[in-house]
Amino acid sequence: MHPAYSVIFFTTASGAGYGLLALLGIFAASGLLPADRWLGVVGVGLAMTLIAGGLLSSVGHLGRPERFLGAMRQWRSSWLAREGVLAILTFIPAGLFGIGWVFLNSTQGFFGWMGALAAVLAGITVWCTSMIYASLKPIQQWHNVFVTPSYLVLGLMTGALLLVLVTRAFGVYQGAFGWLAVLAVVAGWAVKTAYWRHIDGTRPRSTLGTATGLGRLGTVRLLEMPHTEENFLMKEMGFRIARDHATKLRRVAGLALFAVPFVLALAAALGGPVVGTLAAAGAVLSAGLGVVVERWLFFAEARHTSMLYYGMAA
Amino acid sequence: MLSEPEIELSPTINDEVKYTTCYMCACRCGIKVHLKDGLVRYIEGNKNHPTNKGVLCGKGSSGIMQHYSPARLRKPLKRVGERGKAEFVEIEWDEALSIAAGWLGNIRETDPRKLAFFTGRDQSQSLTGWWAAQFGTPNFAAHGGFCSVNMAAAGLYTIGGSFWEFGEPDWDRAKYFMIFGVAEDHDSNPIKTGLGKLKARGAKVVSVNPIRTGYSAIADEWVGIRPGTDGLFVMALIHELLNADKIDVDYLVRYTNAPWLVIQDPGTAEHGLFARDADGNPLCWDAKAKALVSAKLADVTPAIVGEFTLADGSKAVPSFQLLAERYMDPQYAPDAVAERCGVPAADIRRIAAELADVAFNQTIELDIEWTDWAGRKHDKVIGRPVAMHAMRGISAHTNGFHTCRAIHVLQVLLGSVECPGGFRFKPPFPKPIPPGQKPAGKTFAPGKPLGGMPLGFTMGPEDLLVEADGTPIRIDKAYSWEAPISAHGLMHMVITNAWKGDPYPIDTLFMYMANMSWNSTMNTKGVIEMLTDKDPKTGEYKIPRIIYSDAYFSEMVAYADLILPDTTYLERWDCISLLDRPICEADGPADAIRQPVVQPDRDVRAFQTVLLDLGARLGLPGMVKEDGSAKFPGGYPDYIVNHERTPGIGPLAGWRGEDGKGVGRGAVNPDQLKTYIENECFWAHHLEPSQRFYKFANKDYLDFAVHMGFIGHADQIVLQLYSEPMQKFRLAAEGHGAVQPPDRLRERIKSVFDPLPIWYVPYEEAMVDTQKYPLHALTQRPMIMYHSWGSQNAWLRQILGRNKLYVNSATGAKLGLVEGDWVWVESHHGRIKVQTKFMEGLNPNTVWTWNAIGKRAGSWNLAPDAPEAKKGFLLNHLISELLPPEADGRRFSNSDPVTGQASWFDLRVRIEKCAPGEAEVSEPQFPDIALPPGLEPAPEVNRYGADLSHRGR
Amino acid sequence: MTSLPENRGPKRLGLVIDLDTCVGCHACATNCKEWNTSGHSAPLTDVNAYQAEQRGVWFNRVHTFEVGDQEGGRTVHFPKNCMHCEFPDCVTVCPTGASYKRAEDGIVLVDHDKCIGCKLCSWACPYGAREFDEVEGVMKKCTLCIDKIYNKNLAEADRVPACVATCPSKARHFGDFNDPNSNVSRLTAERGGMELLPELGYQPTSRYLPPRPGKRPQGDAAALPKAANGTAGRFLRWVDQMLSR
Ligand SMILES: Nc1nc2c(c(=O)[nH]1)N[C@H]1C(S)=C(S)[C@@H](COP(=O)(O)OP(=O)(O)OC[C@H]3O[C@@H](n4cnc5c(=O)[nH]c(N)nc54)[C@H](O)[C@@H]3O)O[C@H]1N2
Ligand SMILES: Nc1nc2c(c(=O)[nH]1)N[C@H]1C(S)=C(S)[C@@H](COP(=O)(O)OP(=O)(O)OC[C@H]3O[C@@H](n4cnc5c(=O)[nH]c(N)nc54)[C@H](O)[C@@H]3O)O[C@H]1N2
Ligand code: SF4
Ligand code: SF4
Ligand code: SF4
Ligand code: SF4
Ligand code: SF4
Ligand SMILES: [Mo]
Repeated sequence: MHPAYSVIFFTTASGAGYGLLALLGIFAASGLLPADRWLGVVGVGLAMTLIAGGLLSSVGHLGRPERFLGAMRQWRSSWLAREGVLAILTFIPAGLFGIGWVFLNSTQGFFGWMGALAAVLAGITVWCTSMIYASLKPIQQWHNVFVTPSYLVLGLMTGALLLVLVTRAFGVYQGAFGWLAVLAVVAGWAVKTAYWRHIDGTRPRSTLGTATGLGRLGTVRLLEMPHTEENFLMKEMGFRIARDHATKLRRVAGLALFAVPFVLALAAALGGPVVGTLAAAGAVLSAGLGVVVERWLFFAEARHTSMLYYGMAA
Repeated sequence: MLSEPEIELSPTINDEVKYTTCYMCACRCGIKVHLKDGLVRYIEGNKNHPTNKGVLCGKGSSGIMQHYSPARLRKPLKRVGERGKAEFVEIEWDEALSIAAGWLGNIRETDPRKLAFFTGRDQSQSLTGWWAAQFGTPNFAAHGGFCSVNMAAAGLYTIGGSFWEFGEPDWDRAKYFMIFGVAEDHDSNPIKTGLGKLKARGAKVVSVNPIRTGYSAIADEWVGIRPGTDGLFVMALIHELLNADKIDVDYLVRYTNAPWLVIQDPGTAEHGLFARDADGNPLCWDAKAKALVSAKLADVTPAIVGEFTLADGSKAVPSFQLLAERYMDPQYAPDAVAERCGVPAADIRRIAAELADVAFNQTIELDIEWTDWAGRKHDKVIGRPVAMHAMRGISAHTNGFHTCRAIHVLQVLLGSVECPGGFRFKPPFPKPIPPGQKPAGKTFAPGKPLGGMPLGFTMGPEDLLVEADGTPIRIDKAYSWEAPISAHGLMHMVITNAWKGDPYPIDTLFMYMANMSWNSTMNTKGVIEMLTDKDPKTGEYKIPRIIYSDAYFSEMVAYADLILPDTTYLERWDCISLLDRPICEADGPADAIRQPVVQPDRDVRAFQTVLLDLGARLGLPGMVKEDGSAKFPGGYPDYIVNHERTPGIGPLAGWRGEDGKGVGRGAVNPDQLKTYIENECFWAHHLEPSQRFYKFANKDYLDFAVHMGFIGHADQIVLQLYSEPMQKFRLAAEGHGAVQPPDRLRERIKSVFDPLPIWYVPYEEAMVDTQKYPLHALTQRPMIMYHSWGSQNAWLRQILGRNKLYVNSATGAKLGLVEGDWVWVESHHGRIKVQTKFMEGLNPNTVWTWNAIGKRAGSWNLAPDAPEAKKGFLLNHLISELLPPEADGRRFSNSDPVTGQASWFDLRVRIEKCAPGEAEVSEPQFPDIALPPGLEPAPEVNRYGADLSHRGR
Repeated sequence: MTSLPENRGPKRLGLVIDLDTCVGCHACATNCKEWNTSGHSAPLTDVNAYQAEQRGVWFNRVHTFEVGDQEGGRTVHFPKNCMHCEFPDCVTVCPTGASYKRAEDGIVLVDHDKCIGCKLCSWACPYGAREFDEVEGVMKKCTLCIDKIYNKNLAEADRVPACVATCPSKARHFGDFNDPNSNVSRLTAERGGMELLPELGYQPTSRYLPPRPGKRPQGDAAALPKAANGTAGRFLRWVDQMLSR
């Protein structure tokens, strides 16, 4: 599948944003974070910016952005609609939670509940995002059980790293944050490795034989495409990445998204304020880069059944 | 769950509907054009039209984009820069016409031969040919010569009609169908529809073709023959049938010259000619009466074998005996030919057996009463349901005439010509064998008409158009010893000969609808140079003047001095005439018209109208009244209605006579066009069942044909298995008679002018080193493109915007190639760089590509970097119009020695992988051509229909 | 939960495409373009219409495949347009409801006024039958010629999809698969009409008729018997034949 940067940015940024929002909600509500105005401004602000920015770029990806509100109509059947609805819904408790924190210096009681609610909705939103892909039967690299965990864990992980950085910067860091981040990184690493194993292991469900019904007559090969130049379908679904190139990028992703952040997250957890802050910053940068590569691969390695008709392997 | 949106299910799709005839190719289907707000909303097939019965092919369905093409010429152009640079100024029609009239006037008054008038995809040949005749130049032909004259000539000299679109398989009754060398053909839709019918009925379709695409793809059996060897394959089938006595002797006796006695007196001027009585009737041996009698008599019982003594004591044998002796010879046995054909002997034997089985065990009998030529009634017609069709895969070889004749002989031996389930003629065919019209031009004089039509049929040396010393009279050397039976001329030789001044220089080359600087010519690069080459002495172009009529900015436009821009097919009157290439069906004659369905938005004029205007300005007979004023001031429609070729017979056969009731014959009917329009722009006459079969010997049909002016008299048309005209040319080569070939041609004429079909190795294959050039290279018509002119079509060029060289997968692997590699393809003549594509369904010794996809950068108003120009290519750069030199250094044209048919498919090549660094751009490349004045650069986005839709966006 | 019609109407309209007779002429593709570019989904925009990288919106595209090898293999032309599936994910994934399946006849359509151009439906269609209009920013697709097959301004006989009406070799058939006596139902039954990608469970309505096995008796079996005592024998027989003309 064609890796569109708007979509890559959307899923990674909003993922991190929702992760951060969820953690802020939970830890603030549970009193692990002080209701300090500037912490609120920066923390919640950062989360909301990432989310909003992501959503905006996803809207920008539409052919008719001005109609984006329509995207919520079919929540009954469409994961994309559900995601839209949830994204909007999340803004309500998240907004109140932020207002309480920033203007009323309160993260408890009602506002605490709002924080918790925002956390829950954030999780569900990311889950919806993942389901958009996981529900697509024509794309085996997406239509599997590893996609949703990946999205959830990676959202949580990038969020957690941000949390560590923010709390370190404000000197309100707690050990739990650091260890949570370390755990998240390990989890993310595990899930993503499992995902890659899985897609390397799956043999295509459909072949040109089943796609044309001609398999029974012998091996089928494409002679002529319907048009001699690339059409929309091929540009959108015909994207192919060479095996060795993919393996290289997987290594980059593994390194930037997991290995480096793991070490730095440990450092952030163990080190003192200065080291910890710097380490956290490093972890965030590295993971930021890594998650973009990971998401790019998520698209680039995905193969669409319809491309069988264009002589490409599924 | 949302409620479904309201949608408009019954939008009005037109405010006017007009019928006319498609011209996205030469098939001439009837179309129904829906117009909305003065624009073309939708074009669909006319359900009532005899040709297409409602269907449209991929091209016809893209007519909108052709009509609104940004490459349409807009105004007459006069060259101001050098040729080939497309430096023009726009001029008014009056200036354009007076320039042309000036040039042509001088020529006519001095030496009319110095006008060479050649038309390509011309559907008005009866007008253009007549115009040339009135002008007085013998130098006229249309595309037939480089197209398929082999099919036309072989048919007309053998069975009185031909493949091409002049006859058709009996799609509704055939049980076995063999199709040789056809990718698309002129009968585009009828063949597709016919194949659909055969398949639906479970008839067997056998396609003989080196390439398995299109029609061959759906054939029940594909015979992947080696190019140029069909003659052998067919003769092996004949061998099998003769040896098993699976031939229709009754049919041979009744309808063919099998019993005609052939004089056996070697060395004499009569050897090999038919023995004739005092009145010139051919003789046969009446086995009952034991006497020599006229073979034309009814009720005789002629022998088809045996040796008989003629009055003068010389011996004679029935022509059938010569035929049987030849093909029963072991040299034609399947095992003897299998390897050369690349077809297993077992398959050849099986196919022969299948033919025999269908022809003789699955016979059809229709209870139709009919009367034969002698007035004898018959109560049924017998059908041998084996049908055949063949086209350019057979004709475009130097041995094509004979191969095509061999196929006809096979059909006739099976008794499957003009019977139910067989191959059936479309009126006006069958014609006398060959048709009576001889080529005019032996005598020509300044200011005088030619005294006949330029194209015709030679019966022997005396009819050739040669000076006393054998020098050709025509610029293309048609009807000379180089091509004695060149019934359609040799358009592919005109530019080369004119440039050389061989046999003589010309003054003006006048062309219409032929892209002769590109896909329509052999040796494209060389021809481009000839068109721009100047005489160092005078500084004048070797071809001094070129006038050209095109509707679009084709590659040829840049090479003309004067451009006469034509209308599109939706903007003009036209007439698909019985005098030309009509749209008849086996069951009856038909003709049609085009009417303007939209008005031009440009300063263009229909070529035929322009031609008549020129004729009037030149005062050509038949085009001016006594007082010298124009005879057809109303232009082409005026001519269509009021011109009479012979009294009562004009361009249109329908609704003639003042009362409009005349069929075929009748006085001029001023309302004729109106009536055609009322009848959906076509006229079709349905023959009585009693007239439909054995037309060559069917009294009711023959009488009808005489009435229609198809033939002069109602005599039986006897099929000519043994061709006497061929023998006459051979005798001349052997030193008999007044008109004899120049010595350097004697041997060739002797060997090639065999009265019975022969096979020989195609000339290029025989002359080049086949080790060096091991592969055959072919082109095919894409169903979706019509020659060069589909690439300007925004829809069609998406489907086929670049062509590749197809290579058999195994062959490619042997050559160390991977699919997609760029390779150099080299012939004895040239070298091109192209991209490869592999396929399985391809004769291993053959490579091929789609025809006419490669474009010259800048032409057709395509962006210079369009794939057509940068990736696509023409095979034509490899094909020479001349064969490799003879011993004496002279070079014959790359044509069939009998008919002059251009031998596109004799090409031999080698392929070599490109060096790693070489750019992936096709070679050769030519400098971009700039847009001529008046043409806007083409838009990038096409939203046609947005404003026509009921959704009114 | 799904936004497929809860109670489907009486008809299940679709096409039967005969792979045995399709000659690959692309008429169905261009005639479709011609009808529809001014129809319900107008226009069928083309980009770079006269430049490099030309592409555009087509509701029907004709592929060509080779099956098997040179000997005994065959070339198969393969036209493909929307299958109007019974369980089309292209509909259920659509967030706006622009993509919908008609209850009455099962035709799957896009409402271009609602579509936001998110392309998700094109991802959800395994058959590659959705067509994005880059210029208008909305998704388009085969409408089964909805504005032709019900069009009261057209003669009854003309109320068939453009691609079916124009097919020169009659390889395309249109009808109601719910009616066991319809031409499409009968053809499907008689010729073993195939469902494409059955494993994905979309239950495509349209069916493909497989190529008939070529009639190609192998070997020498069917050769003609040589006439007794060879050439001479033949001639004798012809001498005795007494046929008058
Ligand atoms: N769509 C479309 N239709 C057209 C045209 C067009 O340009 N486009 N052009 C029109 C014109 S001008 C003409 S003349 C007709 C020509 O119609 P066709 O006769 O179909 O012409 P080609 O496409 O040249 O097809 C030649 C076929 O013969 C095969 N062939 C080549 N050599 C041999 C051989 O030695 N033996 C056998 N058995 N087969 C061989 C080739 O593989 C190819 O399939 O088409 C007309 N119709
Ligand atoms: N390699 C190779 N070359 C071949 C062949 C082959 O098989 N292989 N086939 C040969 C054969 S059989 C033929 S017939 C020729 C065909 O070659 P041509 O007869 O030259 O056919 P086109 O290339 O279509 O060129 C026709 C010209 O007519 C113009 N035209 C189109 N419509 C109109 C109109 O309405 N009015 C006017 N005035 N002009 C119009 C087009 O723009 C184009 O420039 O090609 C030959 N060339
Ligand atoms: S075959 Fe196609 S292009 Fe040719 S006349 Fe018929 S519809 Fe037009
Ligand atoms: S129109 Fe008919 S024959 Fe032509 S490609 Fe389409 S289905 Fe095949
Ligand atoms: S073919 Fe594709 S677009 Fe058509 S209904 Fe099925 S899933 Fe939807
Ligand atoms: S592109 Fe349009 S039709 Fe397709 S899913 Fe998005 S909104 Fe629905
Ligand atoms: S049914 Fe109509 S819209 Fe669909 S492919 Fe055929 S012509 Fe095009
Ligand atoms: Mo031709």
